[in-house]
Amino acid sequence: MDNFETAKQYQDYVDKKSPNSPIIKNCLCAFLVGGLICCIGQVILDICKARGLSIELSGTVCSIVLIGLSAFLTGLNIFNKIGKFAGAGSLIPITGFANSIVSPAMEYKSEGYVMGVGAKMFTVAGPVLVYGISASILVGLVYFVLM
Amino acid sequence: MQKLGKQTIKFDTPPTITSTACIVGPKESNGPLSTYFDKCLDDEFWGEETWEKAESKIIKETVSLAVAKSSIASQNIDYCFAGDLLNQCISSSFGLRELNIPFFGVFGACSTFVESMSLGSVFIDGGAAENVLCATSSHFCSAEKQFRFPLELGNQRPPTSQWTVTGSGAAVLSKSGNGPYITHITPGKIVDLGIKDANNMGAAMAPAAVDTLLTHFQDTGRAPSYYDLILTGDLGHIGKDITIDMMKTHGYNIKSNYNDCGVLIFDKATQDTHSGGSGCACCGTVFSGYVFKQLQQKKVQKVLLVATGALTNSTSAQQGETIPGIAHAVSIEL
Amino acid sequence: MSEFFSNLDFMQYLWCFIIGGVLCIIAQILIDKTKLTPARVLVLYVTVGAILGGLGIYKYLVDFAGAGATVPLTGFGYNLAKGAIEGVKDTGIIGAFTGGVKAAAGGIAAAIFFGYIASLISKPKIKKQ
Repeated sequence: MDNFETAKQYQDYVDKKSPNSPIIKNCLCAFLVGGLICCIGQVILDICKARGLSIELSGTVCSIVLIGLSAFLTGLNIFNKIGKFAGAGSLIPITGFANSIVSPAMEYKSEGYVMGVGAKMFTVAGPVLVYGISASILVGLVYFVLM
Repeated sequence: MQKLGKQTIKFDTPPTITSTACIVGPKESNGPLSTYFDKCLDDEFWGEETWEKAESKIIKETVSLAVAKSSIASQNIDYCFAGDLLNQCISSSFGLRELNIPFFGVFGACSTFVESMSLGSVFIDGGAAENVLCATSSHFCSAEKQFRFPLELGNQRPPTSQWTVTGSGAAVLSKSGNGPYITHITPGKIVDLGIKDANNMGAAMAPAAVDTLLTHFQDTGRAPSYYDLILTGDLGHIGKDITIDMMKTHGYNIKSNYNDCGVLIFDKATQDTHSGGSGCACCGTVFSGYVFKQLQQKKVQKVLLVATGALTNSTSAQQGETIPGIAHAVSIEL
Repeated sequence: MSEFFSNLDFMQYLWCFIIGGVLCIIAQILIDKTKLTPARVLVLYVTVGAILGGLGIYKYLVDFAGAGATVPLTGFGYNLAKGAIEGVKDTGIIGAFTGGVKAAAGGIAAAIFFGYIASLISKPKIKKQ
């Protein structure tokens, strides 16, 4: 191709030609849905606290309920529609983590319950656990050394 | 058969496209071309257990339909050329394993349909076959599963992304017949201008389409205006714009008679398909359904069909490789 | 129940909404403006949460915004790091390995269990749009 001498030139031209994501609208949707999910979490926390649960236990209950809700909506084929509307708004709360475990589990059921559901469950969420747990161990070790 | 210029082949006795058939999924059935398809499914599984089995069934039924329409007994079809997008072309080989016709598995990503027709034509004009069968398929769900994410993952598709067409197209080519004839083929080179974004396949493939178009015009000495319709496979809206632009810088104005199957098959305004359709079946169904009927009704006389393919897979994408594109052209005339 | 509603702190909910929403906006901008895939953004968030938790900074956000800071994935990272630190306090160096996962065990176990159940009873469907 003689009219684009370098890949960079073509990339710049393509970037100009390609429509950008509607970022203002996406951010607004993400803000509204993300905020709403967090408030649902706060309601669960407050109910737990009102029933006399400790802060740690309330947090765990909150996570489990939101994850259960997200798994339920994923199973009903609804979560992807919420995700399409909300983008990061449903991805960043713990609901997105749950969806990223439930959706491959459903998709790869056709490859069996061991190598399909069991193994592919973590294709998207596995890295979150790897980096989250590794980072926490590092934090613990650093704390141990400094203590 | 003779070679023209750099890479075009001109046939001495051009093979006839005796019949075509296509089956599409529900989303395509709601698109602007729905009335042209032979069969519209209302369920992506089509009674099967998995997406892959469904895709195999679609190509199997499409091929049966094409053979039935051609009125040629299947034992008189000498060879079959078919391929698809799934790893090792399992849709075609599983779908066509009971066909009992010698089988060539073809992989050209989304350019497979025209690649199959090109090879089939060479077999016929070379005297190795009387009748050949060419087929291809793709399925939105099996392609998403293999190349992108699980269907239920709540992600957003960027505006440059394209929608894999669910369906299959098939054609029977014969040595003798009354047309439409395949007069020339221009097999394309692999062209890579360094696009890495798997969500912008149109931009990755457009340079290959331009390269093949330019070569075809130079090799045959034809101008773009020779054709009633120049149709690329699955560049989508963005790739179509880029192709028009790039052809213009080379001194060819193709705007008036050029279109893209990925642009035609979906309604951008109502179907939320972003940059348009893609996949092997995009070109396969639009040609087998829409264009072939236009040719039969003599609404168009001369068509240049340029199927485009992105020669990538999920491993190469994860390793940060660029996306090489390819485009094969066939000239179809009455 | 009426006691529950009378105890509701509306400012708490407002900040919960805003902080949770802003964390999502930052992720949305990262996805739309950079080449970061959603999976990478999730990894980034959990790691940043763990680091900020380890540095003792994220705690202030949690005190301020409640679920607005704990529900996003940074909160998951914070929870892991907090657990690891508490583990070290309780059992020494072994606690660095056991504390984090122990604190997040409920969420991880629930996601695995519900994922398995969903795969048993439900089938993927094409996005209608």
